[in-house]
Amino acid sequence: MTTTVTKTRPAPAPQGKGPRPRSRLTARRLAPYAFVFPAALLFAVFKLYPIGWSFVLSLFKSVDGVDTYVGFDNYGRLFRDPLFWTALKNTGTILLIQVPVMLALSTGLAVALNSAFLRARAIFRLGFFLPMVTGLVAYGVIFSVLLNQQYGLVNWLLSNVGIGEVPWLTDPLWAQISLGLVLTWHYTGYNAVILLARLQTIPGELYDAASVDGAGAWKSFRHVTLPGLRPAILLTTVLSTIGTLQIFDEPFILTGGGPDNATLTIGVYLYQNAFTYFDFGYASAIAYVLAVLIGVLGLIQFRVLGDKS
Amino acid sequence: MKQPSSGAVLPLRARARRRSAGNSILLTSGLAIALAAVLIPFYWLVIASTHSSAEIFGSPPPLVPGDHLGENLSSLQETASFGQVVLNSLLIAVIYTVCAGLVCTLAGYAFAKYRFKGSNWMFGLLMLGLVIPSQVTLVPLFKMMAEWEWLNTYQAVIMPNLALPFGIFLMRQSMAALPDELLDSGRMDGCGEFRLFLRVVLPPMKPSLAALAIFLFLFQWNDFIWPLIVLRDNASFTIPVALSALQGVNDTDYGAILTGTAIAAIPMALVFLALQRHFVSGLLAGAVKE
Repeated sequence: MTTTVTKTRPAPAPQGKGPRPRSRLTARRLAPYAFVFPAALLFAVFKLYPIGWSFVLSLFKSVDGVDTYVGFDNYGRLFRDPLFWTALKNTGTILLIQVPVMLALSTGLAVALNSAFLRARAIFRLGFFLPMVTGLVAYGVIFSVLLNQQYGLVNWLLSNVGIGEVPWLTDPLWAQISLGLVLTWHYTGYNAVILLARLQTIPGELYDAASVDGAGAWKSFRHVTLPGLRPAILLTTVLSTIGTLQIFDEPFILTGGGPDNATLTIGVYLYQNAFTYFDFGYASAIAYVLAVLIGVLGLIQFRVLGDKS
Repeated sequence: MKQPSSGAVLPLRARARRRSAGNSILLTSGLAIALAAVLIPFYWLVIASTHSSAEIFGSPPPLVPGDHLGENLSSLQETASFGQVVLNSLLIAVIYTVCAGLVCTLAGYAFAKYRFKGSNWMFGLLMLGLVIPSQVTLVPLFKMMAEWEWLNTYQAVIMPNLALPFGIFLMRQSMAALPDELLDSGRMDGCGEFRLFLRVVLPPMKPSLAALAIFLFLFQWNDFIWPLIVLRDNASFTIPVALSALQGVNDTDYGAILTGTAIAAIPMALVFLALQRHFVSGLLAGAVKE
């Protein structure tokens, strides 16, 4: 429809000839600024400004509402704070154990969902994605009841096969395991969908060629699937790392950081300092260390997993 | 199918077919078991929301629907004014989706289809927002909201996340696929830049817009930590904040809490099931491209 009209119209006048085209061009030059303006303004006010401010805050110590400048004391205090190290260790544990296990599961799931052997594929794809739609608080509540030591459904099911009460949320080690299980339940399907989308772009001829060369299922997985998945694996790894380092909602709802600080993550510790002890300066310092940590880990992952291009 | 006389003379293709049928059953049933494990919490949530606290923690735990749903609902209403809470959640999520959708779409369009001074570093800054943990800004933002006397208001929840970097990124990726010729022909028809955006750019973007809208709505509906910080008054709570508050009290009524959880989770699951094609494809349009 638009093209037919175009044909009947003369080409626009050359630049600078007559007032209308020129104002058009000006409008065209200014338009992107107008389009970006709301986002830029909101971003500056609600993101950039607070980012700068929190750095300033991190240089102050607030006692009874009075802020005094203390330089980098808050950062020094971090290194001497055993609870911060505990939080760092707990977060690191999730990062080193739960994330790789989950991504391996996601990869397996994606390959299975992509397999020609699978029936009712649409139902599976939907079902495994469903946990992702559930809010953190909602599934935190669900699991805190399901995993209740005395009365929860999970322990009842286990008791039927002769396994005694598991202290899912009350024993430090079990609480960490529970947290890992819940995170895996929530995010495996989501990562699988990202991997699956990438999987579908790997040309089938590559697999044909591999099987002509005598490669079995495992070999073609290692030499065709995995290399093809590389960008998606990078993406899911980086996303999971960022998410894990910031992790807050799940431990906050499930265990409140306990028992015995076993599930105290950096995010929970930051929240406690800011909104339980109202030590904003210290909380800001934690936030900055966290930001640097995320930046460094993200860069390393891009270096290791990313393509040279 | 004909029964083969013996394995040795079985034609190759039939053997392959038989093996593939076996693989198919194996794989499908294996995944079905995994899926059941994943979905059990949802099933149990629906069941539990129709039982009293005592029944939920009884032995054996309830596995079929009960008749306590009405009591749970009225208990929610009494202890947490849940009607108001659901209304808060709905209004906040809807207003947020519309406003953030507009902000992100406009910005994404500018970044995708115009070359202008500063676009690169502006986009770079925005993407920094994707990497920098939101916790960094929590404290100053809270102080800002307190100073502006915005605590307990809708705008305190809505405003800070309107320019959502992920939303802008998603829209830029989708808009990039729009052919430039389409825009140019629109311009030759005498469209102004804004009308061009409304009439020419938006219509073919409908699937991406749907994905963005679903994403924004889910994000806001489920958001917890920021609303928890700025909503301090029970009447202003959103569903997640109200649920966590209910869980904190002594003598917690789990029947009521789980009913509230079902109200938070089940409609989202249904909406997602209805619109999932847009959501997943739209979300991935941005994610998979290199």
